[in-house]
Amino acid sequence: MEKYLQFFIYIPILGYLISLLINKKRESIIANISIATSFVQLLLLITFSFFWYTTGAATLDIKQVTLLTTPEFDFFIDFFFDRISLVFLFVGSILTLLVSVFSKYYIHREPGFKRYFNNVQLFFLGYCIVVVSGNFETLFLGWEMIGVTSFLLISFYRNRYLPVKNAMKVVSLYRLGDVFLILAMWLSHHFWHGNISFYQILDVEKTIALIENQKTLAIFISISIIIGASIKSAMYPFSSWVARAMEGPSSSSAIFYGSLSIHLGVFLLLRTFPFWQHLIIVKIIIIALGLLTSLICNSIAKAQPTVKTQIAYASITQIGIIFIEIALGYHQLALFHFMGNAFFRTYQILVSPSVLNYLIHNQFFTGVVKNLKLPSKLSNTFYMLSIKEYNMDITLFKYFWLPFKKVSTKLLFFNNRFFYISISILFLLGIYLDINTFQSHPVMLKAFVYLFSLISLILILLSFNERKSSINAWFNVVYGHLFIMMSISINSHIQFKYLLLYLISICFFGILGYKAIKNLEKETDFITLDQYHGNSQMHPKLSILFLIACLGLIGFPISPLYIGIDLLLTYIESDQYLIMISVGLCLIFIEISLLRIYTRLFCGIPLKTTEPISFKSA
Amino acid sequence: MNLPPISESKDSVREIIAQLKHYLPSQSPLKDFVHHNSLHAFQDKSFFEGIFNARDLFGYNVTLNIAEFRNLYQIGRINHDVLKKVIIDNKGVDQLDIWLDKLLKAQFNFQNDQQVGKIRRLWKSEYKIDLDNRVHPLLFRIICAYLDQGISIWNFPNNGQGFLENLRLVEANSFSSFFKSRRAKALFMDDKVTTEQLLSLIVGDRIPYFNYLFDQQFAHRGWSGMVSAIEDNPSSLLDVKNVQLNDFIHVELLLEIDALDQQFGTSWLPLSSTYTSDKYDFFTTNPLAIEDEVLMMFQEAFEWSYYDQVLFSLKSKYAPTKDNELAPNFQAVFCIDERECSLRRHLEHVASPCATFGAPGFFGVEFYFQPQNGKFYEKLCPAPVTPKYLIKEFDSLQKRSHSIFYHKVAHSFIGGLIFSMTAGIVSIFELIRNLFFPTMTPAISNAFSHVEINSTLTIENKSPNDMEQGLQIGFTIEEMTQRVESQLRNMGLIENFATIIYIVAHGSSSANNPHHGAHDCGACSGRPGSVNARVFSTMANHNEVRKALQEKNIHIPETTWFVGALHDTAADEIRFYDTDTLPNALDEKHKLFSAQFETALDLNAHERSRRFASINTKANLKEVRKEIKNRSVSLFEPRPELGHGSNALCIIGRRAVTKNIFLDRRAFLNSYDYTIDPTGDILAKVISPIGPVCGGINLEYYFSRIDNQKLGAGTKLPHNVMGLIGVSNSSDGDLRPGLPLQMIEVHDPVRLLVVVEQIPDIVLKVVKSSENIYNWYSKQWIHLVVINPKDGHLYQFKNDQFVPYETVSINTDKVQNFKHLIENATEMSAFTIENATTENLPIYYLN
Repeated sequence: MEKYLQFFIYIPILGYLISLLINKKRESIIANISIATSFVQLLLLITFSFFWYTTGAATLDIKQVTLLTTPEFDFFIDFFFDRISLVFLFVGSILTLLVSVFSKYYIHREPGFKRYFNNVQLFFLGYCIVVVSGNFETLFLGWEMIGVTSFLLISFYRNRYLPVKNAMKVVSLYRLGDVFLILAMWLSHHFWHGNISFYQILDVEKTIALIENQKTLAIFISISIIIGASIKSAMYPFSSWVARAMEGPSSSSAIFYGSLSIHLGVFLLLRTFPFWQHLIIVKIIIIALGLLTSLICNSIAKAQPTVKTQIAYASITQIGIIFIEIALGYHQLALFHFMGNAFFRTYQILVSPSVLNYLIHNQFFTGVVKNLKLPSKLSNTFYMLSIKEYNMDITLFKYFWLPFKKVSTKLLFFNNRFFYISISILFLLGIYLDINTFQSHPVMLKAFVYLFSLISLILILLSFNERKSSINAWFNVVYGHLFIMMSISINSHIQFKYLLLYLISICFFGILGYKAIKNLEKETDFITLDQYHGNSQMHPKLSILFLIACLGLIGFPISPLYIGIDLLLTYIESDQYLIMISVGLCLIFIEISLLRIYTRLFCGIPLKTTEPISFKSA
Repeated sequence: MNLPPISESKDSVREIIAQLKHYLPSQSPLKDFVHHNSLHAFQDKSFFEGIFNARDLFGYNVTLNIAEFRNLYQIGRINHDVLKKVIIDNKGVDQLDIWLDKLLKAQFNFQNDQQVGKIRRLWKSEYKIDLDNRVHPLLFRIICAYLDQGISIWNFPNNGQGFLENLRLVEANSFSSFFKSRRAKALFMDDKVTTEQLLSLIVGDRIPYFNYLFDQQFAHRGWSGMVSAIEDNPSSLLDVKNVQLNDFIHVELLLEIDALDQQFGTSWLPLSSTYTSDKYDFFTTNPLAIEDEVLMMFQEAFEWSYYDQVLFSLKSKYAPTKDNELAPNFQAVFCIDERECSLRRHLEHVASPCATFGAPGFFGVEFYFQPQNGKFYEKLCPAPVTPKYLIKEFDSLQKRSHSIFYHKVAHSFIGGLIFSMTAGIVSIFELIRNLFFPTMTPAISNAFSHVEINSTLTIENKSPNDMEQGLQIGFTIEEMTQRVESQLRNMGLIENFATIIYIVAHGSSSANNPHHGAHDCGACSGRPGSVNARVFSTMANHNEVRKALQEKNIHIPETTWFVGALHDTAADEIRFYDTDTLPNALDEKHKLFSAQFETALDLNAHERSRRFASINTKANLKEVRKEIKNRSVSLFEPRPELGHGSNALCIIGRRAVTKNIFLDRRAFLNSYDYTIDPTGDILAKVISPIGPVCGGINLEYYFSRIDNQKLGAGTKLPHNVMGLIGVSNSSDGDLRPGLPLQMIEVHDPVRLLVVVEQIPDIVLKVVKSSENIYNWYSKQWIHLVVINPKDGHLYQFKNDQFVPYETVSINTDKVQNFKHLIENATEMSAFTIENATTENLPIYYLN
């Protein structure tokens, strides 16, 4: 039975690859591929489940393929199937199928028809990987695809200002969640002394025994997972991103933020439940979080005067309740609740434009309810807070992003030739150290490790704050990457072939991006980073090339860096949390800086065009 | 608090606001959609002067760009001879080659540097603060919550005292605050603080408030325009809100102070401190540049390339007197709407020798309508008219159906829990059903639900005291007679009455379409005209009215019966009203005729289907018709119909002028018989609504097509319904007035050409008789050509007089096989003008 699990991945991969090849003018072929992919997936699932049930419905697990083995680390793709996978796969396939049919007509003649379907397909692939994944490494593969496709679909109308701004906002938050997931992976690597699959967690005795010994570590792992899940599922205080994400065509909003994407936090909690169920404090945290979110988002939903955001907050309210259900152990209920909520909100968003006609008509016949009485001070306060969405956007900006902005502004001090020359010398020194392992000088070695990871963080924050030169910003990231690699290499003396793999990928994508920027510079006069240039309209090919380069450096599964990053992390010892924090921050800001360069250069309102351009506020 | 004194030299804020209101978009809440000229503020200037001025001030695109025009020339849509003619007309023969070279080859550098926004840009450049980003999200949320008509479940506390007053109440009665800065809050709560004082705080004294406020309000013209429109016409909302643009600006200024205080403390200097230039002129008028003249001549050449074919075809077939036609078996009166043009053609073909007429779709009866159980009145007449009458509906058997998917409980904590586990599971089946077997549901705007088919209407007034809310219920016999007479004379139907005369109104059903009102009848304030058709028919069937008409020399035979009907222009369906009152003797005939209507509708659906990618036009007729109907009830269909897209002509004359000419649904057809109007009095009545109604529609399509981003609503796919009054692109976006992309794709941006069949001198007299009519034509927002029945020649209205028009075209093709023509017509594949325009077919003669 297990060996058929891989087909749940092959079908969407195949569908995605085929649809990439189709000419963008062949609308109905592109749409039909998407429809066929999800339909075949659904048929396969139904057949598979039938046999699965008749053969006892046992939990399935298969170690599909090992990508890399080192003495400390075994990177393998693992598939897993149980009731949770079944329900999520079912809901995902049927909704993707129906929304693809819907979109075939809905998106007709929209510039970007192919882009839309490609993104939906890639999203579907990511989703399928997540829900049949058997270990964190596999899950994370899909998780990243979902993050990137969300970014691309929110900024579907990439030549307007707000979609691009909001896409950045959402993807930054997603990235934060990703890094907490990476943190959880790193911690659990040390917790289990090796990589494990979800199947192994099911071994109750072993898990309990390990938790007994390392309770703090277990709680940290659980909290990282909770934060990762909370960001994806928009728990408080991250809820406001869903409202900002309603920028693409209604159909994509419906499938992403109404149903599938937003319930992935639910999935993550269900999947990791066998682990954290033994920790009462974690359960209490999840229940409290779910309840708080439900209450707050319910009040926001009630005060929302726009239809899509109202549905978004109403959906989060339910997800809060689902979180509680999971923590209490009512998983059948949670799954049913998820299914109902996903179907319901998808449909509500799809029919949301009709609300104007329906409610006005209704009001015409039932009259207007006047509220002349002033509500109590307390309910008034809640009303006002709800209008302001409990300041979630501002708070997150002020207490999370702004400090980094301020720090990176202070770092401009380093933005001079002297700094770059010195770190280059240091880098060479690092190579020398690395080759002639200074095992005899552990203190000095340590100092270098910390120094290098600090330099990498500085470089990446400099890139994040670069306001002028795209080339500088780009090279700061590339350079930062090299320093991360060097710092960990010195730390643990990684085999040369892995370093080479890492190095080659960095160089390849680094040069690709550089070329793209240079070519763009030739075509247009100036490409400073202090404003949007909207070049994707005029230079679509460069836009795609540059995006690929960015994704490569981010560590998207198209590049070996993806394995490289995972690999590197395992070399960070469990007591080196400072390095881990530094690397974590680097990973966050690498993605943000790169996508920032991408959006500034290629998205936003085009500066030079004879086509009508939109207002900034529209 | 230290507030600077107001200097005397400043314009008063009140005057600035009056100016602002003139320039802001004036689109009402979406439930009433009335087409109007998007650049109405510039209509006191001539067309090109006005639109280029609008471009310079606000940065709108106002014509196609030069590359697009040159492409149109390349593919032959701009005729070479017409282009030469236009250049000669404008520049003289000796300049022809020079200008031809400029139009076709010269390189131009088009700069788009608008006036608006210049001052407030300083915040970003000098203060390094993006004030719009800081202020807009909260400002939009507050105004949307305040104006919301029923999306939110918690309403904004409203005591009717106005926006500012209610906001203060909320602020005072809460532990939270809209403001972070103490100073902003204090300024807000102090009702003695004037808007001028806030302005002097922010702007200082060296920059005119005028410039600042224009910059500020045009940074979100959608919301400002909506506030202004609601202030002027509060009854455009069911849940009436008292709101004033002044209050809105006041709050925005306070939020700006709040943002600035947060960033810089309270010690920042006003904007003036950074501004050194002394030039503040906002309304600069630049003379036409060479580039503008090039665009102007291209635009004219584009328009006349099409008009010329039309005029040639009309002229070549023109016969001033009536043919010895057969007596019509029935007559049908349609709205002048260009979407009815094809149905009339098919009906005449299928049901020969029937006769069709065109008249504005409210059929000359203006009133408010109250459906049974309705709590409000609906206006059913052109927007500028204020009726004094009320028609109420009784005895309706129609039950209003509900949809659980919009139920408010679904958004609550427990309700949502129950709903998602019950309705949630149902919704997937609902979605499957709608995708694969679309049918009418309560969520869909249904043109036929407007009035029940056999309900009773209070058409006849019982006594002068029968009033409600200051409106007279029903019409007196005299009032009825007057309306019926006037309507019949206007369309030239005063003799040869057939036994059945159908009064066919129109409406449009569509799903998932916040702009559905824009598809309904423009002459009925964006609603279906079914009630008007019923009212007019009942009046014309009334014995007393017929008697009174006899005295006015209109003899309607006793055997003649008027039957009201409604044509759904999206679904291509028709329903007839009050058929139970039809005399028995006519039953059989009506049955026959309605079958002929059905056949005509099949053909009409077929003709329309050529523009829809999802329908195979070559499939059999019934199948095509079914597909057409499905579009009107499909959630996934952003183009249930194409509305007025491609409209370009308005022909005022006898049907004989246009009969058997294929105009591709691009002409408003208004019946008018010059032979019974030697003085032009009737023409004056007929032509006066053409400007505001047809001209308004045409210009709204023109501007939404030319600049769909700034003057149109953009693509409708991401639209989010805000407060049931408008749409925006996202949760934080500005409202988007204008038409969405999906309505204007097929539209060729040309001005309306009005063709009148009448003696030029009479038309000249009529046009000059009223300034309202005159300005439309003399300032060239509409073109006017007369076809003179005396000599059969064409005369163009130019420089306030009629001059002979010589056509350039030499031939009009004849269609041998109409079905073939439709099935093989090209369909646009991309939204570029040179591609889209190929969908619009040339003029043909039909057999």
